[in-house]
Amino acid sequence: MANLKTSEKKSKSQSMGMHTEVLTGRTQQKFFNPDEAENFYYFGTYDVDFNKRTDLDVKNMTAPEANKEIDNLMSQGYGTIVIKNPQGKHSLGVGILNKLNLIFEGSLGYFGMGSCDGPIVRINGRVGWSCAENLMAGKVVIEKNAGSCFGAAIRGGDLICKGSVGARTGIDMKGGSIIVGGDAGAFTGFMMQRGRIIILGDVGINLGDSMYDGTIFVGGKIGSYGSDAVDAELTKSDLDWLKRKLKVAEIGEKFDVSKMKKIVAGKKLWNYDNLEPTEKKGAI
Amino acid sequence: MCGIAGLIHRGKSSNVGSELQGMLQALKHRGEDSTGYALYADTDGKNFVMRFKVGENVGEGSSSVMEDVSVYDERKKIVDQYLSEMGAKIVKEERTLPYSLRYEIDYNTKDLLEFSQKIESIPGVEILSMGKSLEVIKDLGNAKMVCDRYSLDKVVGTHAIGHARMATESGVDIKSAHPFWGYPFSDVSVVHNGQLTNYWNNRRALENKGMRFMSECDSELIAVYIAQKMREGATLEEGMKESLSGLDGVFTYFVATKDSLGMAKDTMAAKPLVLYESDDLVAMGSEEIAIRSVLPQEIDTYDPFDGEVKVWQI
Repeated sequence: MANLKTSEKKSKSQSMGMHTEVLTGRTQQKFFNPDEAENFYYFGTYDVDFNKRTDLDVKNMTAPEANKEIDNLMSQGYGTIVIKNPQGKHSLGVGILNKLNLIFEGSLGYFGMGSCDGPIVRINGRVGWSCAENLMAGKVVIEKNAGSCFGAAIRGGDLICKGSVGARTGIDMKGGSIIVGGDAGAFTGFMMQRGRIIILGDVGINLGDSMYDGTIFVGGKIGSYGSDAVDAELTKSDLDWLKRKLKVAEIGEKFDVSKMKKIVAGKKLWNYDNLEPTEKKGAI
Repeated sequence: MCGIAGLIHRGKSSNVGSELQGMLQALKHRGEDSTGYALYADTDGKNFVMRFKVGENVGEGSSSVMEDVSVYDERKKIVDQYLSEMGAKIVKEERTLPYSLRYEIDYNTKDLLEFSQKIESIPGVEILSMGKSLEVIKDLGNAKMVCDRYSLDKVVGTHAIGHARMATESGVDIKSAHPFWGYPFSDVSVVHNGQLTNYWNNRRALENKGMRFMSECDSELIAVYIAQKMREGATLEEGMKESLSGLDGVFTYFVATKDSLGMAKDTMAAKPLVLYESDDLVAMGSEEIAIRSVLPQEIDTYDPFDGEVKVWQI
């Protein structure tokens, strides 16, 4: 498919990587019926009070024990939880499906904050591979570096790393935003299907390889483009969105976004798409 | 899956045996079919230390066939005889286990190729390491089991690399366990996490150049490949950089020499590595929890990028 620079179809949504064509694939759309409200109960969620705060030292806990205790604290209504001494343990903070202020005073290992839907998380350290995998909604901020597969398959929310990230950042992502203050490794945006990635630094080889859709913005050098990834023109709405996003993310506020490169999919694979869970929630 | 770990103290020595044990034990969930240590111990540098085996550990889970222990004694006798014939004097002898021996040898040579070929011409005998600082100790089981079995926790030195193995490409035995000695170079060792897909092509080419393979483990290729590059005049770092294109597959590996430690990551960055670097210590492992076993306080770590090669000196 032609480069969007030369395409005649320059709609606003297309230039931002969001397409509005009617999807021909099988729909999974469900419509909300007030009479069935009880059927839409979100299992495993709690009403918490952000002003109710506590600390949790996980130094001598296993990851399942720590996660169980976080769940226990949420069930008691604690809305702000500070985790002490995570010490690189794997799979901490996974499966939180409600709003919560979660603060890690240290670093996480693999799969930290995986499969979450709603929490606001700040990690005052680094994270290992596959941080926030399958994030549905919420915000995860990492103060230092992140490993590979950062934000793999996320469907919504904001994932922010103030340092550098490893290879395959945003692999298979289906929505949401990934913002990186430093550099990113090879295969950034590999097979991404929707959403946006912002890298303020350099990226490695095969950027956007096999991407279906979505948009990648790069501030630094690009090692090489992957198959199907092409340049596109930055629009005013892109610039506005970038400025707004970087400000909200508290990262690169003074960065000159007009010099960023915009990369999108050069092919259209319309039928890959079905209604995603975040959209279902919107419909519900 | 496998896990690798390594550390190098710069400007001082430390209890590297105990430190590496902690790092590898933290990675035991990545594999505990076998565990291996390459320890660079403080020595006076006069004698060679030869770690070798005259048989396999045929314990539970081993791929090896049971042998009569008397065969081990016979093999040891021939080793002693060959050493004597080559003018190598055994200064100290330790036999930790029936199949595993450690000799300190007074032997004056710069070329270990002929020496190694002679010793390894004895069926069932394999030199695990040869050097004036390096000692490779590897056996079945997790890091603590191997450390306890060989009393490694008191070894003091400058640097070390190790490997916790989940056997995928070859058998559960000592010959397939890491680290691999960079035969026939004194004090060179390698550990690897990943899979190499052009193993046989490279192996055939290297065998034609006179290099030896003791196992069918793809990781051994890295040790032999780097050793061959060094034989041809390359530095360690140059050899490692060439390996990024010469070796096909996914890998993160460490190479250690008498005074240096290096890491290399393939161009797809498919295998993990977390690295901590300060003025006096570099520690790295497949997962951060390995580093946490020696540095429990909050520290800055990072993942090296794809195609990255780094070498540190003691």
